[in-house]
Amino acid sequence: MPSLDDLRKRISSVKSTQKITKAMKMVAAAKLRKAQEMAENGRPYSDKMNVIIQNLSKGINDPLNAPKLLIGSGDDKTHLCVVMTADRGLCGGFNTNIVKQAKNYFNKILKESKNLKIITVGTKGLDQLKREYGKYIVKKIDFKNKKQISFKDASLVGDEIVKLFKNNEFDKCIIFYNKFKNVMTQIPQSQQLIPAKKEDETKTEQESSYDFEPEEDEILEDLLPKNISTQIYKGFLENSASEQGSRMTAMDNATRNAGDLVEKLTINYNRSRQAAITKELIEIISGAESL
Amino acid sequence: MNENFNIEIISPEKKLFAEKGKSITIPSFEGEMTILPDHISIITFLRPGVININENKKKYFVEEGTVEFSKNNLTILSSTIIDLDSLSKDVISSMLEDSKKELNQENIDDKKRYIISHKIDCLSQISL
Repeated sequence: MPSLDDLRKRISSVKSTQKITKAMKMVAAAKLRKAQEMAENGRPYSDKMNVIIQNLSKGINDPLNAPKLLIGSGDDKTHLCVVMTADRGLCGGFNTNIVKQAKNYFNKILKESKNLKIITVGTKGLDQLKREYGKYIVKKIDFKNKKQISFKDASLVGDEIVKLFKNNEFDKCIIFYNKFKNVMTQIPQSQQLIPAKKEDETKTEQESSYDFEPEEDEILEDLLPKNISTQIYKGFLENSASEQGSRMTAMDNATRNAGDLVEKLTINYNRSRQAAITKELIEIISGAESL
Repeated sequence: MNENFNIEIISPEKKLFAEKGKSITIPSFEGEMTILPDHISIITFLRPGVININENKKKYFVEEGTVEFSKNNLTILSSTIIDLDSLSKDVISSMLEDSKKELNQENIDDKKRYIISHKIDCLSQISL
C-alpha cells in the first residue's frame, strides 16, 4: 500500500504529464490545419503534372528511344527505396507504420535476391532501420532544423535521385510515405517513381493531338525530373499532415488516459486518507474506553 | 469564336491565378509566344522571362515551367514564379548578381548557359 505522500506525488506527476500532452495536442491541431491546407493546395500541381505527362507519353511514337525515366532502364535488379518519416516522435504509430510497410517490401526484394538501396528522409525512420538494414542505407536526409519543407528541399531530394539514376545506380525507385486520409486514419503508401508507372490506358476519350514545342522527348526530358520532385513534395506534404494528425490523436488519447489515471489515483488517495482517519479514531476511542 | 479562355497558374504550394483572360504572353523555350483564344493544343516549357496576362494587367516572373493549352484551358505549372508587383529592386539586383556568378562557372553546359543568359537579360530589363 503506497503511502499518502507517494500517492499525492504520483497524482501531481500524472497531472503535469497530462498538461504536456494536452499542450502537444493543441499545437498539433493548429499545425494540422496548416499542413492540411498545404497538402490540399499542393494537389492541383501534381495532378496537372500527371495529366501532362500522360498526354506526352501518348504522343511518343518510338518507345525505344523514350527517356529512361519514363520507361525505366529495362532492368529490374536494384531497387532504391525512399522511406519518408518524421523527424520527431510521439505521434502514435505514424513512423512505425511506414517503416513496417517498407520492411515488408525490403524483405520481399531481398528474398528475390535483388539489390536494395535505401534513402531515409527524416531521423525517426533512420533510427528504426539502421540496425537491421544499416548496410543498405546509401543516404540520410533530414530536415530537423526546418520548420516548413519547401519545394526546394523536395527538389534537392529529387535531383539526388535523378543523379543516382543517371549513374545507373538503380533500376526502380519506390517511395514510402503516409497518405493523409483524415485525422484518424493515415494510410502508409508505396509509390513507384521510376519508371513513371503507366496508368491503365482506359481513358481514351480525349485524343486531342498536341503541338509540341520543342519535341516531345525534349519536353519529357525536362519534365520528368521535375515530376519526381513534385511527387516527392507531394509525399512530404501528405506526410506532414499525417504526422500532425497522428500526433493529435495520439496526444488526445494520452490526455484522456492521464485523466482516467488521475481519477483512479484520487479515489485511491481519498480511500487511504479515510482509512487512516478511521484508524486514528478507533485508536483514540479504544484508548478512551480503556481508561 | 470564344473571346476568353481560362488561365490557371499553379505553383507547388498553391493556385496562384485562376481567371478568364483574353491573351497571355509566355516566354516559351524557343521564343516568346502569345496565346489567344482558340489556339491549337500545345505543350511547351518555359525559359526565364515574364508572363504577361491581358496585356500588362498582371505580370509574373518565371524561371522555368510547363505550359499546357487545350480546349481553351491554359495551365502553367511553375515552381519558380514570382508576382512582379512583389519584386523589389534589391531582390532583382541580388538575383542578377547570383546568375552572373553562375554564368562564370566553368562546368555548365550550353543549355544552362542559354537559360542563364536569358535570365540575366530579362532581369535587367524589368523596370519597376
